Amino acid sequence: MKDPMKKSFSRSMVAAFAAVSLVASSAALADVDLSKSKVSAISKQMNVPTEGVFKKFSAQIKFDPAKAAQGSAQVSIDVGSFDIGDKMYNDQVAGKEWFDVKTHPAATFVSTAIAPAGGNKYNVTGKLTIKGKTQTLTVPVTVTQSGATQTFDGVLPIKRSVFNVGTGEWKDTSVVADDVQIKFHIVATK
Amino acid sequence: MASNSVPAAPAGYTRTAVALHWLIALLIICGFALGWVMTDIPGFTPTKPKYFSWHKWIGVTVFALAIVRVLWRATHVPPRLPADMPAVQRIGAHAVHVLLYVLMLAIPVTGYLYSSASNVPVVYLGIVPLPRLIDPDPVLKETFKTLHVILNYVLLSLVVLHVLAVVKHQVLDRDGLLSRMLPFAK
Repeated sequence: MKDPMKKSFSRSMVAAFAAVSLVASSAALADVDLSKSKVSAISKQMNVPTEGVFKKFSAQIKFDPAKAAQGSAQVSIDVGSFDIGDKMYNDQVAGKEWFDVKTHPAATFVSTAIAPAGGNKYNVTGKLTIKGKTQTLTVPVTVTQSGATQTFDGVLPIKRSVFNVGTGEWKDTSVVADDVQIKFHIVATK
Repeated sequence: MASNSVPAAPAGYTRTAVALHWLIALLIICGFALGWVMTDIPGFTPTKPKYFSWHKWIGVTVFALAIVRVLWRATHVPPRLPADMPAVQRIGAHAVHVLLYVLMLAIPVTGYLYSSASNVPVVYLGIVPLPRLIDPDPVLKETFKTLHVILNYVLLSLVVLHVLAVVKHQVLDRDGLLSRMLPFAK
């Protein structure tokens, strides 16, 4: 056995993308602090939750809690920056069967409506595009305001099959589950 | 034979001991083979996470059964070794047995810690999430990986010795030692 226990244990591959929406009304466009923000995708591989992080993304968010409905959010994620902790797996995920980064370098979320859901929660509806496939969905977002800083937290459950993420032998969802959670924590300063 | 203070040694192992021995032996062979194969799979295929998961489930099972086995051993008197066995061989046999017990526990533990350090939790049988014992750590990950692999080679060597000893007892000594551990030879 040349190199036993190579690489790390299996990691997940999965799908992922963007999510977030919020925005703001008359408020000026907030600057997203990428160093404090995080967008990740959690998938289950043989029922083992595995998280991969999108190292690069950009977001434009306008959100004023007083005028929630007028808010807006656009997030663009560089899917080639997906990191699940192992270069070999990262390269694999960038390939045709998963993200197909060459053809579809970005996954995007563009909000179309924001509705207050009580307290500091808002339901953000928008179009999520991954690998060229678009789905309209609604994600609950928690907004925390502290001084000039707004923080948006949420988890968006999607199915990777809807976006053709994981084709060929990966279509079988018994190893890598169809359900994927996109988790985001976006910190923006006005 | 037995003095008043020491319980008499039985002629063979109890059914529990025999069952544990062969079950653990079978699991170790499967776990070892999977470990060998899965680490040589290039790239990432659906087979790979499957094998890794099975390998970990087997390891957890071996660990649990090994604990039961150590408890059995601590509470039972094992059958005696042949009376004419030289002292060196007795010491050798005991040493190998003790080390086998140690490895049955240590190998799953190092594998589990390797998994924890790699930030991959173990979900037993795909159903029961087991706690991550240590935080992800790239240095410890390599340490436990190396340890896990080395201990497996030690185990392989000891198993070879163990089996060679059986052959010696059967073929050269013809003392029928093996029958004590055979399930249907009572």
